Amino acid sequence: MSKTTLEQAFQKTLDQGDKIFVPYIMAGDGGLDVLPERIQFLEEAGATALELGIPFSDPVADGPTIQEAGLRALEEKVTLRKVLRKLKETKHDRTIPIILMTYMNPIYAYKIEDFINESVDSGVDGLIIPDLPMEEEDRITRYLSDKEIALIRLAALTSPIERLKKIAEKTEGFLYAVTVKGTTGAQVEFAETVGEYIKELKAMSSKPVLAGFGVSTPEQVRQLSQYGDGVVVGSKIVSSFYEEKRGEIVDLINASKK
Amino acid sequence: MKTMETIRETLPDKKGHFGQFGGRFVPETLMPAILELEEAYEEAKKDPAFTQEIERYLKDYVGRETPLTFAKRLTEEFGGPQIYLKREDLNHTGAHKINNALGQALLTQRMGKKKVVAETGAGQHGVATATVCALLDLECIVFMGKEDVRRQKLNVFRMELLGAQVISVDQGKGTLKDAVNEALRYWVANVEDTHYIIGSVVGPHPFPKIVRDFQSVIGKETKEQFEALKHKLPDAIVACVGGGSNAMGIFAPFVNEASVKLYGAEAAGKGIDTGEHAATLTAGKVGVLHGMMSYLLQDEAGQITEPYSISAGMDYPGIGPEHSYLKDMKRVTYEGITDQEALEGLQLLSRKEGIIPALETAHAIAYAQKIAKRMKPDESLIICLSGRGDKDVETVRERIGGQADE
Repeated sequence: MSKTTLEQAFQKTLDQGDKIFVPYIMAGDGGLDVLPERIQFLEEAGATALELGIPFSDPVADGPTIQEAGLRALEEKVTLRKVLRKLKETKHDRTIPIILMTYMNPIYAYKIEDFINESVDSGVDGLIIPDLPMEEEDRITRYLSDKEIALIRLAALTSPIERLKKIAEKTEGFLYAVTVKGTTGAQVEFAETVGEYIKELKAMSSKPVLAGFGVSTPEQVRQLSQYGDGVVVGSKIVSSFYEEKRGEIVDLINASKK
Repeated sequence: MKTMETIRETLPDKKGHFGQFGGRFVPETLMPAILELEEAYEEAKKDPAFTQEIERYLKDYVGRETPLTFAKRLTEEFGGPQIYLKREDLNHTGAHKINNALGQALLTQRMGKKKVVAETGAGQHGVATATVCALLDLECIVFMGKEDVRRQKLNVFRMELLGAQVISVDQGKGTLKDAVNEALRYWVANVEDTHYIIGSVVGPHPFPKIVRDFQSVIGKETKEQFEALKHKLPDAIVACVGGGSNAMGIFAPFVNEASVKLYGAEAAGKGIDTGEHAATLTAGKVGVLHGMMSYLLQDEAGQITEPYSISAGMDYPGIGPEHSYLKDMKRVTYEGITDQEALEGLQLLSRKEGIIPALETAHAIAYAQKIAKRMKPDESLIICLSGRGDKDVETVRERIGGQADE
């Protein structure tokens, strides 16, 4: 699997006339043993790719649902190293592309170069680092240049147009359009300007544009997908797994289908 | 212009790096605000009206300049160099924290923002921020860990008296690091009308630089006062280091003076080998937290660990990136001081000089006693007396009383 795998998976979904749906789950919430089965469930339910969160003690971009899932995973003694090992063992049991979402410190503690090599071996296709703006990204990109791992950049509602252009130009895999001024988690209503913002990003980017942060109902999946190419859903998927309400997950994914 | 000039214009570099340390590791949503702050600060620095305004408040409101006191009896007790105390305890609100809070609050006004968010551990920075917000009519929200709210009820009430809203943080273990996380999250969600007054030389660029510059008034006064007294530079300076703002403030004008030895006292808690300490530079590893690359207390997997110290102001798992740089450059020597040593330092200063220092400051006094053993009577050692000890009297009574009872 690779950067290309990720782009092909997105293209395939779009060619079918569907929207891209990327669920987020916290690796190790419920223990690492349940991870392969959850991946399989999401794959069969029709998710395009999977964003897999690595637990971190100080997740400043995350709201309460993902913070608590992270704490549960940390209580299970889950580490980045163990997650990669699990992904490597089960590499041939899945076809869904895997995107790791991790804060910078676990990567740095791993040693950046070793982390990248191990990610490649484990079949990781993409990487999202929420506390790595473009000003600092050369600390990672210098090791990624000859690797088939997409570094997915995040655009924010507060970013001025010139920054958005640069971010859209640099991003690999897809462009992550953060749709709230705030952390991850359920949102009652999105600002009216969100549609315009996603459309604007869509015009700037040659990669698919996915809306994320705060998407939590099938209606919101439909609403936000229409402006761009699809959505990332995090907190709601995390809580549905935790509460064993898998039907909700199926409903969310189905909302991205034509 | 004396409060605003920076001694080493070269550091941090344009991207906010001190060597490999520092930087801006924040979500994209915050980047525009951080860039705006940097621009506003650089502009303000060049504006004589802004500088004069700060100087006026520092003089008329904070009560600067603070004295440089010759500590005759402590000098005799140590039996080494001449000991001087830079009296930040005599500032309004009782510590150096207000130097930074005032500067940043004036910067908030200049940026046209009406709301301020801050984090606090024991409550000293929270009280200083609430104070300047009352003075300048800014709305003030302070995040404080649940555990700290419980331990520091009086400071919570002080902030409320001053008109601030104190929000208890339940996340994580409910201490300073969690309060910083929540303050950052709040800032992400309210960035357009809110400024984050961070309390130490930590966080993403330009905070470590701004806080250092606002605190460097300590070092500039010290340099002038010592020069007027002795017509030379001091031989050594010692300060306590939690996040490191009073230390950076007094060190800054001396970093390029190679003859002046600089020492930082970290909190070794119950002893480094017990694992219960906050000695980031002694026992930490380089990593990324709260927007900066610096030495951090963390486990093998990069999870930040909970620090411990008897003193809430030292209880932080990170440290200002400039300190990490100065350590690696071997310009400053850092050493861990235990709870017990700090308690002894506190009692010593109280009895010898009639000054009850803060528990944070007591670490610097205990370290000074060790350094003094290696120095000669014709040399001089300045201790940064960062704050007064009123807030710690209860904690100290429990500890000392407890030992006497055994």
